[in-house]
Amino acid sequence: MQSQSKFPVSALFTVLMFGFMYLPIAVLAFYSFNAAPNSAQWKGFTFSWYVKFFQDNRILSALGDSLLVASLATAIAAVIGTLMAIGLSRYQFYGKKLFQGAVYLPLIIPDIAIAVATLVFLAVIAVPLSLWTIVAAHVVFCLAYVALVVSTRLTNLDPNLEEAALDLGASPLQSLVFVLLPQLAPAIISGCLLAFVLSMDDFLIASFTAGGGVNTIPMEIFSRVRTSVRPDMNALSVVLMIASASVALIAEVIRYQSEKKRFQ
Amino acid sequence: MKAPSVSETPSIAPRWLQPLLMLAPASLWLLLLLIVPTLIIFQLSLVPNIKPGDVVIPSGLDNYWRIFQPETFSIIRRSFLLASGTTLGCLVLGFPVAYWIALSSPKRWRNLLLLGFTLPLWTSSLLRSYAWVSILRRTGVLNSILTSIGLPALDLLYQPIAVLIGMIYSLLPYMVLILYASLEKLDRQLLEAAADLGATPFQAFWRVTVPQCLPGIAAGSLLVFITGAGDFVNPELLGGTASRTAARSIYDQFLGATQNWGFGSALSMILILVVSLAIALLIKYGDRNAKSI
Repeated sequence: MQSQSKFPVSALFTVLMFGFMYLPIAVLAFYSFNAAPNSAQWKGFTFSWYVKFFQDNRILSALGDSLLVASLATAIAAVIGTLMAIGLSRYQFYGKKLFQGAVYLPLIIPDIAIAVATLVFLAVIAVPLSLWTIVAAHVVFCLAYVALVVSTRLTNLDPNLEEAALDLGASPLQSLVFVLLPQLAPAIISGCLLAFVLSMDDFLIASFTAGGGVNTIPMEIFSRVRTSVRPDMNALSVVLMIASASVALIAEVIRYQSEKKRFQ
Repeated sequence: MKAPSVSETPSIAPRWLQPLLMLAPASLWLLLLLIVPTLIIFQLSLVPNIKPGDVVIPSGLDNYWRIFQPETFSIIRRSFLLASGTTLGCLVLGFPVAYWIALSSPKRWRNLLLLGFTLPLWTSSLLRSYAWVSILRRTGVLNSILTSIGLPALDLLYQPIAVLIGMIYSLLPYMVLILYASLEKLDRQLLEAAADLGATPFQAFWRVTVPQCLPGIAAGSLLVFITGAGDFVNPELLGGTASRTAARSIYDQFLGATQNWGFGSALSMILILVVSLAIALLIKYGDRNAKSI
């Protein structure tokens, strides 16, 4: 496979797979401008599906709920996840391996199991379901992603910088704020962006932990597309995809810049 | 990483309190919302026919026996069959892509190519599955292409094959990411040595490349299998009633019309158990491979 003569075959296959990855996205985009509501045939260009969902109050309020949940969960996870990653890199204690295992558990346990566990727990302690219970549940997996990204960065840092700061008379708090955190900032930001996008995307955990009045955007989308094909959902997907792809690109640029700095 | 001087200097908090201050908030959160709840669902799973508000008295394995009744068992089996098929599909489709990006593509493009391949992951998983409805349905994109070139239309939507396509599509980027990470570290000198010693490219591939990235293959397969086994959205949107999976059954026991929290908890525990087993296998198997290289 590594020889030059076979290059075109594997390259062609990769191109095909890229096509596979982008086909559904292209289809959604195509339908979102198609005047025909229910056909694969092109019936003329229209913006009406976009206008329709921008006037849809249910969609807009669901979007608001989602943005609020994702922002709060990410903010909480950023603080306690970063603290935990620093703590884990710095201290040795009995049961550390087990502890780390528990932290990363939400990355591999199926969403449905986390959703069930949270719902049952909230029922046992009799906390009414609300926007806050979704936030609390989302922090669990956001925390894991922030901690993972920050930990990776921590293992690549130069510990001498912090020691130098301490030798020069900085207090541990000063060295944390002025030396360690600036070095961790790119990792914290990209961890947060990842957590944010995942929180915006979560359907299962939110539907188990949302109260009656709360409706996140995945919950709203699910209830609409489950039964029928909806042209305004195509328009919504295009807007959401552009938004989250931009976030992904920003995260990647931040990561790339910080890598470049490190190797200079 | 060690920074011993940090804890030796006088500071705002006594030395023994520092790790506690840093680790306590996150630990408490995890303990309250992940560990304790899991113990509670284990307890609930031992109670037959429980509804919200009932007094919980663990009284046996009835819920677990019920899982092995043909009706439920076929759903569990379907979940794991779909997950296995997805794993195999992602491996077969993903390996050549990861291989080409890691070893044959121009070096300066590699990061960009990888980002390009995984970019769809950042968009709504629900909407990407929904897109497959538009492609696979009777009057959808695929069938209009097929009929326009004179081929018969296919009824793929609401069949297990549609679920499989949706699941492979959703999880392929993860597989490529993990395979890429292990192929990137491949020792090419070993491949050259194999060629010098007279191995055909095929032999070199099987006996040099594959063993070296076996830990990556195992990790990627595990991740895809686990995620696939717990998938809710793809079976729900693409599968129809004949493709009901474990996640949907659990959903029904908690939020659906047939509420039975005890049985739902038992189903949940089975899923957690299988996942833990798979991870344990990976840790054991993965380590052995790392050592043998």
